[in-house]
Amino acid sequence: MHFAFDPDQEAFASATAELFDDLASPTALRDAWDAVPGALDRSVWRSLSAMGVLDACAPESVGGLGLDELSLVLVLEEAGRVGLPHPLVETASVAAPLLRSPLDGRMITSDLGGRSAPCAADADLFLIAQGDVLHLVDRTTVTVEEAPSLDGGRRLGDVGWNGGVSTVLAEGPEALEIARLRGALGTAAELLGLGRAALDLAVVHAVDRQQFGVAIGSFQAVKHALADVAKDLHFARPLVHRAAHSLATGDEDRVLHVAAAKARASRAAERAARAALQCHGAIGYTVEHDLHLFLKRIWTITPAWGSPATHRRRIARSLGL
Amino acid sequence: MSSMDLAWSDSEQRFRHDVREWLHEALPRWRAMVGDEPKSGDTREGFAQHLVWERMLHDARYAAVSWPARFGGRDASLWEWLIFEDEYYAAGGPPRITQNGIFLLAPTLFEFGSDEQQAGVLRRMAAAEDLWCQGWSEPGAGSDLAAIRSRARRVDGGWRLDGQKTWTTRGAFCTHLFGLFRSDEESERHRGLSYLMVPLDLPGITVRGFGRLDGDEGFAEVFFDDAFVSDEAIPGGVVLGTPGEGWSVAMATTGSERGLTLRSPGRFRATMVRLLDLARSRDRPDLADRLVEAWISTEAYELSTLETVTGIVGGAAVGAESSLNKLWWSELDVELHLIARELLEGEFEGDDAWSKGWQFALSGPIYAGTNEIQRNIAAERLLGLPRR
Repeated sequence: MHFAFDPDQEAFASATAELFDDLASPTALRDAWDAVPGALDRSVWRSLSAMGVLDACAPESVGGLGLDELSLVLVLEEAGRVGLPHPLVETASVAAPLLRSPLDGRMITSDLGGRSAPCAADADLFLIAQGDVLHLVDRTTVTVEEAPSLDGGRRLGDVGWNGGVSTVLAEGPEALEIARLRGALGTAAELLGLGRAALDLAVVHAVDRQQFGVAIGSFQAVKHALADVAKDLHFARPLVHRAAHSLATGDEDRVLHVAAAKARASRAAERAARAALQCHGAIGYTVEHDLHLFLKRIWTITPAWGSPATHRRRIARSLGL
Repeated sequence: MSSMDLAWSDSEQRFRHDVREWLHEALPRWRAMVGDEPKSGDTREGFAQHLVWERMLHDARYAAVSWPARFGGRDASLWEWLIFEDEYYAAGGPPRITQNGIFLLAPTLFEFGSDEQQAGVLRRMAAAEDLWCQGWSEPGAGSDLAAIRSRARRVDGGWRLDGQKTWTTRGAFCTHLFGLFRSDEESERHRGLSYLMVPLDLPGITVRGFGRLDGDEGFAEVFFDDAFVSDEAIPGGVVLGTPGEGWSVAMATTGSERGLTLRSPGRFRATMVRLLDLARSRDRPDLADRLVEAWISTEAYELSTLETVTGIVGGAAVGAESSLNKLWWSELDVELHLIARELLEGEFEGDDAWSKGWQFALSGPIYAGTNEIQRNIAAERLLGLPRR
């Protein structure tokens, strides 16, 4: 029994975190909101590619590192922490393990996790499910129509494929299910990071903001609300880590474990969002403050890759309820 | 460093097997010995019945598995301790009446006690010959524990004790008390306290048991009226750690109480299993979501414990996270019993296990530092919010 990441896995995540410190600031995230379709800044994406993050889980035969979910889950948590606007879950978690040819830094998106695909106007490749078959196709065979995005950093688009030339990445219900589980796990990890980002902002505000002559963070009403957020995130994390282990090892309970991770990470992040907004007061209810960037990401990826209700139903069935 | 591995080793699985076999054989034997439905261990009659069980545990060297063999343990690893707890509660083992000694005083003794104190106290504790209760809270010192006023005055050959302790669990049935006393009269708050180990049968000490919410005589108040406790009352001396440093000595056990040792995941897993059995026998789709969330919380507690133990085994210290732990298990226990109430509806009152369990679960957010205090600790020490 050893429930911890190995030093390589931790180092991989902290290297990514350093990269994000430099290249994935809230300002960069705001720029992503404003970028015209097809013109999303890719500097952070290129660095992720150079570091080997994007195809870390791709087979070595196509130039990947052949790593598993345990190597990626902490990285995705860091991506959540900065609200990375690029489709890292779709590219690195879902598509990379199935690649048949080198990724070469390209951006893959997919609508497998929801109705629309994030970053659709910017992606180079599209992962498309048709029946039980997963196809990888390029831009020439798809149409992309801008879709409403509550979170302007997700840049959603509806993708239509004309059935033209494709590479089949996987076939069969099991392969499709594993792809979906990887998406759910990656999203759960991002939600942990997003929840932490909301909490961190709330803590900074509660320490800085003075009312009645003292920092509002000295009031128990504020302390207790934020302690509960810390508690929820603290106990959601090991569920996500265990789910990564179960996918990496092919555990027979992986569906159940991913369901628990996604349902609970969603709940913890949603609660973090709510408490962080309340503790910010009116300043949090503006678009000038960065908080809304993280709240909107939390709200919009909570239903992605299986809503909490979907995952709860899976658990209920498996518990015989 | 090894990579993540969530499987038990062969020897751990053998240990689990042995524990399970023994419990399977011993629990019915105990119940047969004391009459098939043992009373609560927090009643006088039940306490005596549970004492029989504690001695059976000791004879099989299961009373404190993680202790060194010379004190009656098995030198079991923390992992094996977790396994023991899982199996113990899964088999329906009764609450441990020795737990305040074994889980609160003993860890402190291992950290601060002299060899002589350890040898003199631990062996008899494991054998349930001495029964220890905790003497911290006072009428004026609950959440604000540093407001302690009970005094210990140094005299020739020992200490003179004055004051009153209260909420002392099973105090009326125990033989010894470990507690905090103000040994420096001029001192205030956290300074000038000493951690003393005191036999309760001394002249000048009066123990009065009283009923808890659930009706059991589980509480006691302990009065000290110029009671003399000799230095020799405990082998190696009655003071644990340095006189005047009692606060930091005591805080070592609050960590245990809030965190790992008092509340192993096995308890909640066992309650969850019972709850799922109950739920499957009722047609209550309206409760499915709450059951699922409670199940997830149970899993989360178990996994978090595995993470914590991995850290401890690797040399990490448990910090203020223990406050989050305490919030988690106490709230989970209440929720599990609330769901049971919903499932049972009118039958709840007549269902002794669930109705007792419900009343006991409600004490969780209060004892071992109220959950309000825990939230303060978490906010200040983990998040860095200002104290005032």
